Amino acid sequence: MKITYTDVLIIGGGLAGLRTATGVKERGLDTIILSLVPPKRSHSAAAQGGMQASLANSKMGQGDNEDIHFEDTVKGSDWGADQEVVRMFVNTAPKAIRELAAWGVPWSRVKKGERKAIINAESVTITEDDEAHGLITSRDFGGTKKWRTCYTSDGTGHSMLYAMDNKAHEDGIEVRERMEAMALIHENGRCYGAVSRNLINGELTAYIAKTTVVATGGYGRLYSVTTNATICQGMGQALALETGVATLGNMEAIQFHPTAIVPVGILTTEGCRGDGGLLRDVDGYRFMPDYEPDKKELASRDVVSRRMTEHIRKGKGVKSRYGDHLWLDITILGREHIEKNLREVKEICENFLGIDPAVEWIPVRPTQHYSMGGIRTKYTGESQTLKGLYSCGEAACWDMHGFNRLGGNSVSETVVSGMIVAEHIADYCQSEESNITISTYTIRKFLDDEKCKLEKLIHKDGGEDSFILREEMEEIMMKKVGIFRNGEDLQKAVNELEDLLKRSKNITVHRSTSLAANPALVNAYRTQKMIKVALTVAYGALLRTESRGAHAREDYPERNDKKWLNRTITSWKDENQTLPDVSYEEIEINSMELPPGFRGYGKNMNIVHPHSEVRQYVVDIIKKDLLKSGADRFAIQEALMPYKNKLPKKYQGLNERLSERFSHE
Amino acid sequence: MSSNRKLKISILRYDPHIKDDKARMEVFEVDEAPGMTLYIVLNDIRKHMDNSLKFDFVCRAGICGSCAMLINGSPGLACSALTSKMDSDITLAPLPTFELIGDLSIFTGNWMRGLNEHLETWIHTESDKDFNILEEVMEPELAEEIYELDRCIECGCCVAGCGTMQMNENFLGAVGINKIARYQLDPRDKRDDEDYYELVGDADGVFGCMTLLGCEDVCPKNLPLQSKIAYLRRKMLQIGK
Repeated sequence: MKITYTDVLIIGGGLAGLRTATGVKERGLDTIILSLVPPKRSHSAAAQGGMQASLANSKMGQGDNEDIHFEDTVKGSDWGADQEVVRMFVNTAPKAIRELAAWGVPWSRVKKGERKAIINAESVTITEDDEAHGLITSRDFGGTKKWRTCYTSDGTGHSMLYAMDNKAHEDGIEVRERMEAMALIHENGRCYGAVSRNLINGELTAYIAKTTVVATGGYGRLYSVTTNATICQGMGQALALETGVATLGNMEAIQFHPTAIVPVGILTTEGCRGDGGLLRDVDGYRFMPDYEPDKKELASRDVVSRRMTEHIRKGKGVKSRYGDHLWLDITILGREHIEKNLREVKEICENFLGIDPAVEWIPVRPTQHYSMGGIRTKYTGESQTLKGLYSCGEAACWDMHGFNRLGGNSVSETVVSGMIVAEHIADYCQSEESNITISTYTIRKFLDDEKCKLEKLIHKDGGEDSFILREEMEEIMMKKVGIFRNGEDLQKAVNELEDLLKRSKNITVHRSTSLAANPALVNAYRTQKMIKVALTVAYGALLRTESRGAHAREDYPERNDKKWLNRTITSWKDENQTLPDVSYEEIEINSMELPPGFRGYGKNMNIVHPHSEVRQYVVDIIKKDLLKSGADRFAIQEALMPYKNKLPKKYQGLNERLSERFSHE
Repeated sequence: MSSNRKLKISILRYDPHIKDDKARMEVFEVDEAPGMTLYIVLNDIRKHMDNSLKFDFVCRAGICGSCAMLINGSPGLACSALTSKMDSDITLAPLPTFELIGDLSIFTGNWMRGLNEHLETWIHTESDKDFNILEEVMEPELAEEIYELDRCIECGCCVAGCGTMQMNENFLGAVGINKIARYQLDPRDKRDDEDYYELVGDADGVFGCMTLLGCEDVCPKNLPLQSKIAYLRRKMLQIGK
């Protein structure tokens, strides 16, 4: 029996996992990262356009601060977000980006003087201030009041991930690559680590730890067409689900990105539209201003994706053998801009479409992109129900994005959540309570269980082919749990997935019978898990009879705060059940800093909760009184919704800007 | 593009974890489809013909570097290799130099980590900075220059395409030399040229390169490897004097 002990076991070596690792290491703890791939290959690298942080250096970012970032994020979430978590996030993001700058990210910088930019299809001149020269610059992204998205060309995630992984090297963080966590080890409501499988030689090891962190990213691969990397299969969520104790939050909240290329679904960044790119239909007509006269192409992602789908349904799509699509036109930005600030996009167009985006339009359509849902945690990152289990980044639902995430907030969240959660983990690990008390008998049981499951898959004859089940699942999700949803299709999806789940218990690995590196074996056990995760998405979507953020029900088009201002909580208490357990967690209006309101897209169809108006009244009075007495924005914020006691002390400091200087002690 | 081509995909198969397995070429026939890449081809083969076929794709978008292999004898990324640009007979083999996991799947992680640890590819600076205050300024053009070199994806193509590497397995390869060029350019890293000389100023570093420059020919990110090796060599010569 192979057992390895450590303080903090981190599953996943992307930005969130790496930043958690350096954080706990700095606090003097031992840590091991398990990663399916070398960390630099993680899906974090695919983030192109940028990271939101309210630095306010560039001209179009001037006046930005935490308050505006907070408001954008909460509105973007369609009021589903935990506002205290959003506050923690917006205060830490500027520190995160400056830390990354010190660790080597070559952020694009402000250049003083005049420069040309395209805004609303017109060329304008922006004059950058002398004093901002050389500070980190920012671009426009959807759903934000200010230009807040910091970037390195369109390779932001890549640069961040490389800097972060290099920092992990410097800190001597131990990474076990090509390792897959198969099951969480837990007993009496406490998590003690994971059984891990070596993907090269097949060896099983029990990693025993005081705390276990799941930072495995999202579950986009449940869908047949997604921008996500092949490894974003929801295995982290499945690990949590299969404990029967940990819970998942808002799994039905799935974001579709407006502009992935057709047919392969590779992303072209929101930076294309942020920098002035336009969406056009089969007639070459720019249609977004008709739907969203105010924000046009730069409405929030969920909104643009739905508008595009509506427009295609009106027959305005471009026909292709892969289905209808629309055009993304960045030719108006000019070759120089594309080759400097959108070079990954250019390479993708050349390599996968054989076109030059400086002269030709790019075929795009909305494509699965981001998982707002994930392992439900407290603001500390710890599971609400399984002690010692933590989660952060896209894998988690702590819950910063509610039902829709703003572009540029995801890579930002990975690092920020890693910073914050690492501190809470370290506090816990340094307490008496964290001692490991699990017996080797129990550990052996978990190891044996996994061994049995694998051998059963290999040695059984005549069962189901996992590749076929997997394809069926992906199609169900794509067709019936997509951008627009309705009760009838969702019910079908749930029934069909339930049937797939039953069939998946009978999967056999045909032909390829090695217990070492074996892609068929991997596909077999992952498919079994993916179908369960898919059921939490589809079932949650079926039950939520309203439209909120990215969850758009054609049969219930209104956002219903009266009934649905809550989070969907799913769990899988008994291995033999074929549907998840579902419950709901209320979102309290009376403590909100920003009470629910109209998001400002389309027609206002909200069903208002009676508390919203009362809370808004209270908020207005508090603000008015404090303003009268000369209080600053920090005092007002504190009075409306105190949160600082939840944020680790080292991240509580005020963020300096060119226009906001503080005397730091 | 309409296509009725049948692709003949010859793959070098070998699984070191199966006792007595022998290296061999296996041929698969695949109907070509429009916009087809080797990513689609190989997944098709795995799904429909041989589920034991091992290969690595992660991003499948040309940015993560996982899928480097020998495509018709030359190192390249399989995910972005359009079949329409190739002959219908395609030969695939794993990238040499790196540990073989099986078939086309290789383990680059340990090799790259070793390189990075050896060269200490991180910013060497005073710690305990205050991140509440404004970041240090950097010239916009310099940031762009650093990003240009930072675009390396550690795919290993330059290593596999390197003649020097065939003769000296301790050679750092273009990937290593490019990294030092990147840090040498970065004012945030407080190491000086003498420090870099210690790392790359010998036959395993810049002076080992035989200037065959296969690295630049095969780099999927089109990094300016040739000029960076030359630049660093000039710099190191000045130190070595």
